[in-house]
This record gives sequence, C-alpha cells and structure tokens, in this order.
Amino acid sequence: MSGTFVGMPAFPEAAHEAVGNRTLRANLRHATHTIRAKREKAVAEVSDWAELREAGKQIKDHTLRHLDRYLVQLEESVVAAGGTVHWAADADEANEIVTKLVKMTGESEVVKVKSMATQEIGLNEALEAEGIRAYETDLAELIVQLGKDRPSHILVPAIHRNRGEIRDIFAREMSEWGRPAPEGLTDTPAELAEAARLHLREKFLRAKVGISGANFMVADTGTLVVVESEGNGRMCLTLPETLISVVGIEKIVPTWQDLEVFLQTLPRSSTAERMNPYTSMWTGTRDGRAGEGDGPQNFHLVLLDNGRSDTLADEVGRQALRCIRCSACLNVCPVYERAGGHAYGSVYPGPIGAILSPQLRGTASEIDASLPYASSLCGACYEVCPVAIDIPEVLVHLRERIVEGGPVVREGNKVVLKPAKGHAAERAAMRAARWAFSHPGALRTGQRLASRTRRLHPRSLPGPGKAWSGTRDLPAVPAEPFRDWWQRTNGGKEGGK
Amino acid sequence: MRVALFLTCVNDTLYPDTGRAVVKLLTRLGVDVDFPMSQTCCGQAHYNTGYRHEAEPLARHFSDVFRDYEAIVTPSGSCGAMVRELYPRMGERARAEGRGESLATTLAPVVPKTYELTEFLVDVMGVTDVGAYYPHTVTYHPTCHGLRGLGLGDRPRRLLQAVKGLELKELPGADECCGFGGTFALKNADVSAAMGADKVRNAESTGAEVLCAADNSCLMHIGGTMSRLESGMRPVHIAEILASTEEEPAV
Repeated sequence: MSGTFVGMPAFPEAAHEAVGNRTLRANLRHATHTIRAKREKAVAEVSDWAELREAGKQIKDHTLRHLDRYLVQLEESVVAAGGTVHWAADADEANEIVTKLVKMTGESEVVKVKSMATQEIGLNEALEAEGIRAYETDLAELIVQLGKDRPSHILVPAIHRNRGEIRDIFAREMSEWGRPAPEGLTDTPAELAEAARLHLREKFLRAKVGISGANFMVADTGTLVVVESEGNGRMCLTLPETLISVVGIEKIVPTWQDLEVFLQTLPRSSTAERMNPYTSMWTGTRDGRAGEGDGPQNFHLVLLDNGRSDTLADEVGRQALRCIRCSACLNVCPVYERAGGHAYGSVYPGPIGAILSPQLRGTASEIDASLPYASSLCGACYEVCPVAIDIPEVLVHLRERIVEGGPVVREGNKVVLKPAKGHAAERAAMRAARWAFSHPGALRTGQRLASRTRRLHPRSLPGPGKAWSGTRDLPAVPAEPFRDWWQRTNGGKEGGK
Repeated sequence: MRVALFLTCVNDTLYPDTGRAVVKLLTRLGVDVDFPMSQTCCGQAHYNTGYRHEAEPLARHFSDVFRDYEAIVTPSGSCGAMVRELYPRMGERARAEGRGESLATTLAPVVPKTYELTEFLVDVMGVTDVGAYYPHTVTYHPTCHGLRGLGLGDRPRRLLQAVKGLELKELPGADECCGFGGTFALKNADVSAAMGADKVRNAESTGAEVLCAADNSCLMHIGGTMSRLESGMRPVHIAEILASTEEEPAV
C-alpha cells in the first residue's frame, strides 16, 4: 500500500474490498461502537450541549464571514509576538515554504505533531524528496508511518489495525527508523506503548525542528492551540528550537473566550473525555514581545488555503469549514463502519471527508465525484456534529453539482461546471420518471402494465438493477396498484379487500 | 375531519396493502379519507440523487394536488420528511438563485399540514390506543428520516405498545440505518447490503416474528435481505399492524 491517495478508484470499488475484509470490518466495528457509546455518555453529562453546539456553529460562521479581517489580525498578532507568517495558496506552495524553512536551519530531521493539514498537503513525502526525514510522534501516526500505510481515521489514523498487527509492524519496522522494538514484544497495550515511548524519546531529545498543525488560532493574541491525549505534541512544541506550524485558514477563532466553547465540545465529541489531557498554547517566540513570549526560539506560521477560499465561496458547502476535526461523524457513520477510511481516498474520511475532499480538491477525479454518494443520508452525522454541519444537505448539494453542473469557484475564479460524464443513463431515467410523475395517466398505465406482466418479472435484474438483486430479493408486484383498488371500490366503501 | 392520503409512489405501485390499511384504520377512527387520484411522487428520489431541477416540478405538482386539504397524511417518514424538511429548503434555494418567490410560495401551504401517519394519530388525533389486535412478537425499526428527519420519537412505539396481543421486542442498534438510502442501495450496493444484513441479524436476535417500520422503502430493502438470507422474519408496515383487529386480523 502506498503512502498517498493519488489515483484512488471510486468509492464503491474501494469499499467493495473493505466490505469483504472480515478483520478490517471487525476492527472498525469494535472501535467505532466503543467510542460511539462513550461519546454519547460524555455528551449527555452536559446540560447545555444544544446551546454549546449552537454557539460553536455561530462562532465559526461569524469568523468565516469575516475571515479576511481575522486573518490580517492574526498575522499582526503573530508578528508582534516574534513569529513569522507565510501564506500558502496550495499544497505545493506550503510544502516549498516548509522545506525551505527546514533547510535554513541546516537540519535533515524533523519531529511532527499529529496534523491533518500536513497530511492533506503530503508534507512528509515532499520533505523526503528533499532529503529531510519527518518523524511522526503521535502513536497512531507512528503506526501508520512505520507500516508504510495510509491513515484511515481523523483522530485514530490506525483504527483499522488491531494489536497483533501493530506488534508485527513495530517488531519489523522500528529498527529502520531508529531504536528497534524490544526483544519478545507482545501485543499488550502497555508493552506496545512502552516500545513507542522508547523509540520516540530518542527523536524528541535530538530534534532541532518541530512541525505541527493547530486545532485553533486565536486572532487577537496570535496564540495557537493544540489539544491532544498523549503529550507527544507538547514534546514537539517545546523541545525543538524551531517550530513550523502549518494551519488551515479556517482554524481561527476571534478571542480566547471563544475557545471556551470548543474546549468543551471537542474532547467530548472526539475522545469522549470531559477535557483532553494536554492543551498546549504558544504565542510567537520566547524572545518576542519584550521577552514575555512563551513559544519556541523561532516560530513560523504557514497559513494554508488549498481550496478553502473556494469552499468558502459556496453558500451551501461552506459549512464544512466549521469542522473542528473531532471525527464524531466517522464513528457514528454506518457507511464508514463498513467501508473503512481508506475507501474515501483522502486524509479526511467518513462523512466530513465526503463533503470536504470534493470541495477542497474539486470533483474532477473519479474518487472525488463518487464521494458525495458515499452516504445513505441517514443523518446520524449531522445529529452528532458539535458544530451542526448539515452533512446530508451538503452531500445532496454536491450530488447536484456533479449531475447537473453549475457555477463554482476554483482557484479564485468563477467557472461553470458541466454535468459529469457517466450519469447519462441515470439522468435519462430521472427525466423519464419526472415526466411520468408529472402525468398521472402515464404513471397509471405503467403501474397496470407492471401488474399485468407481474408473473413474467425476473427475480434478478439486468443492468444497474443487478446491484440490487445480487444480494436482495425484489418484492413481488401486486395484482392491482392502490389507485385502481381505490377507484374500483370507491375508496373501500363498495366491497373489495 | 377530511384528510388527504398521500400514499407515495412506492406504496401505490408495490405496497397497496399499506394504503388499504391506512384507509381502514383512519376510517375506523372516524376520519374522512380522500385519495386525490392525480397524486404522484414527492420528488425525493430526484432531489436526493442531485436532480433538484427535476424534483421541483414534482413538488409543485404535489402542492397543486394537496394544498386545499385540512391535513395530508402519509405512511412514510421519508416522504413526509421530504415535504416538511426539504420543500422549504427547495423554496429557499430557488429564492437564493433569484428565481423569484414562486416556488417557495407554491410549496409553503402544504408544508405544515403534512403528517406522517403515527405523528397524525398521536399529535393530531390524540390517540395511542387505536383499538388494534395483532397477536405476534414484533420488533420496531425507526427509519432514519422518520427518526432524525421528522423526529417521530417514541410515537410509533407507543402506538405499538397499545396494540392488544402484540409483544414488542427491543431492536439492538435500532437507530442505525438499514442501508437502503434510495439510490444509495444501487450506487453502493456492497455497503448497502452489508448494512442490511447487519440490520436483519440484529432483528433476528430479538426472536421476534415481525420487523415493523413506518416506511415501505426501508422494508423493501430489509425484507429483500431477509428473503435472500432465508430469515424466518417478515417485514410489516406499522399501518398494517395498527389496522388489524380481532374481527379483521391482518395476515
């Protein structure tokens, strides 16, 4: 398995494999059901959850509406605190900036805090190409990196792996990257965690450069915030001399007070904890602001757009930018549970990935065009979302963009998309159905025809219907549609069953 | 009270028994039921698959057919949610696109008076015991659009609990989608089938004879899976259970 998602097949094809993999399905089922139940309990403890959810939504919407203003304010605050701000329009630009910054330090190794933004832009691969080795220090990211694997979950990137698989990966791969796994390593969690701790400690103590993302950026003070469970992030944020943080422009909150809401909703939604074990905040550099700063010696903030401005231009789709990456929607999604994270072909899997990836990347590729359909629209994701992103609404909106085309903004320019190829038969069927439904007489003729020929209907269907009859039996067509019965019996008043 | 039965195209064509059950049940409760013959489809399949512009004329047609009734009752949480939740959204979108007020204005009258059957019984008629008799063990699957779209809550279960002879078994993982999802069942058949099979296994674990739901589309998918898996269980629409009496028991 390669480390990137480039050239992934469409979702149904990728999911087909996952559905057939019993180990994967068992791992996912166990993990998602466990965390789902815990989350429900943690949320039920908070009496004003609905208000917190609404507040989170409002804060995010307000910030997004005035993003231009808050971004400028953030830049001013970061610079005043001794940091340097870089603007990156896309993944390539961000990777170039980070690579250059690392090279300027003269280092060829960096330690990394778990970060979705750097995953999104493929930073590790870009650094590798320039001879710089990036070490993931989050336990799950470490498992993914050592296993030459791809993340399959936002919060628990190695959710698809069980303990036995992790033991094998550690025993086989750790020596390639640094301190080898202890002899006779078993699959008990304590032993696995200790092996990772020893392996990582070397890296922390040696590293001169740390790379992170951030969960939040506070505009009025220039403070960045990382919340985590393991403390690895704090090591990366405090030990190295230089810290480079790559952060999506949507991560801003206006003031510290706004954090209050998210520091309650995020941990409960993600890990089902009342409070996350580590909340690290850093403002500029330690020499910044007349020696009162609390960051590293050198601090660089890379503000990443990479499709976010385009997403912001879409009135329905922009709500995806409220996402605080809690992954509650993944854990509750029945499709994710069966298909697994890899099938979504993006670092953002699950329901949020299905609406975020086709907006950030556009719908030109096969995988991106298939993502809006990777949902039964059951609505469980919307129900659990702590910032009330109506994911089903955006899914339907993106489906419309795919089958009917329409105006979108790509790289800052307004373009009109043509309807996607490959939907011609469906479009014709939808039009025919609409015509029949607009002509009750035609509908009735069709129903009668189906009833009269009902004994001739095959039990399995050709064409697109095959997908149905491969696993499910079709209902028998009744002898008489309801409307004929209604008319024949005068609404049931004159006999008839 | 004179209400219109919006049966939905799926029920009309494939599940006429559900329609007959609704007529029988409401008539027994003293409701004057009409079935406007020119009704067709609410447009949900079009809308949810991304064909909003194909769905719009169907929504207009729905409104033309039903706007003059006091109440519109449908035995489908899904189609009910389409009218109540998505028609206003369609209107808003049309307005936002500068296509005038016309669609929003056309659809507005039918939105508040469209009720899913169990909602109509409990909220409008104020009954939970409809005088039904159904001597079977039943497990209830709350379908997604009924549960989360319309917020039916425990209304269906309260109605079932009041049915004489009926033993209600709790369904494990009840809130989880059965995997139907309209065209999802075709576009992502593997995942859909896996979800359906899990739903059937959960239903079987209750030991009930019947799996009941308030939506025939979901029941078509679950029932088709039961049939293929040779499960002994039967899918039955809640209307057919509520219509069943000692004098005229449902099969």
